[in-house]
Amino acid sequence: MLNGILGQKIGMTQVFNPDGTSIPVTVVAAGPCVVTQIRTPERDGYQAVQLGFGETRKLNKPERGHLKDLPGLRHLREFPIDATEGLMVGQKIDVSIFAPGELIDVVGTSKGKGFAGGVKRHHFRGGPRTHGQSDRHRAPGSIGATTTPGRVLKGQRMAGRMGGRRVTVKNLRVVRAEPERNLLLIEGAVPGPRNGLLMIRKAH
Amino acid sequence: MVDVVQALDQEQYREGRPTFGPGDTVRVSVRVIEGGKERIQNFEGAVIRIRGERANRTFTVRRISHGVGVERNFFLHSPRIDKIEVLRSGRVRRARLYYLRGLSGKAARIKEKR
Repeated sequence: MLNGILGQKIGMTQVFNPDGTSIPVTVVAAGPCVVTQIRTPERDGYQAVQLGFGETRKLNKPERGHLKDLPGLRHLREFPIDATEGLMVGQKIDVSIFAPGELIDVVGTSKGKGFAGGVKRHHFRGGPRTHGQSDRHRAPGSIGATTTPGRVLKGQRMAGRMGGRRVTVKNLRVVRAEPERNLLLIEGAVPGPRNGLLMIRKAH
Repeated sequence: MVDVVQALDQEQYREGRPTFGPGDTVRVSVRVIEGGKERIQNFEGAVIRIRGERANRTFTVRRISHGVGVERNFFLHSPRIDKIEVLRSGRVRRARLYYLRGLSGKAARIKEKR
């Protein structure tokens, strides 16, 4: 059976446990997704299912040709899968594949932070606040040795673009799945801004 | 789409929660489970703080128990709270009554609202 779904992050709130403790949850509008293509080892060299999510009327000709008579779908993503039996192109997938308490992985694009310094980007400690320091408060410190090697090593952590990349958060718990409203409540935070696209799959 | 979040919050709301404010004296009936049995425990005191919004609203009740000040935080819409009774409404001039912590006895009284 299918192990994943596409969704859109809506926002965060909290729900109560029966014992009165409150659980922070992310609300995700997940599905319904449409199976748009089935990848087979014979034809594609691997096994996967391509899912489509979100309505749109703006499709270019190649996209329209790929979707054929399926409705306009904004996002297409592939999920690797063990068995494609029983799956058909055009089939609808909703959040009923998830049950409360189940562990899931969520993939999203993190919020872009722009050009960020070492303190924010790599959790550097920065320099001392006092004792005559000037301009050293958020400086990265030493970035290498002296004549040997005489250069800065590749991969040295420095300031630069932060965020806006693919992030996977593993082993989040499903608090509630509501197929009627296509809602998924996930415990804790999830990458990306509101309305961002999310891939949700079962953890293993 | 944010109204979905609001709708979810509204589903959490408990009916019959009275409106009260800081300075009011309330009796909170909490359902506690002891040894597999459920019973009601009352906590009575002055509301010294209300914070949060929607389903996340909480309030703090302060009382003097055996000569020791005890403060307890509750979620307004917690499923563990059976009911809340407003016993007295007090006249206070600020939203957070932290100054009560430094007072005791007669000085820690709150004037009743008429």
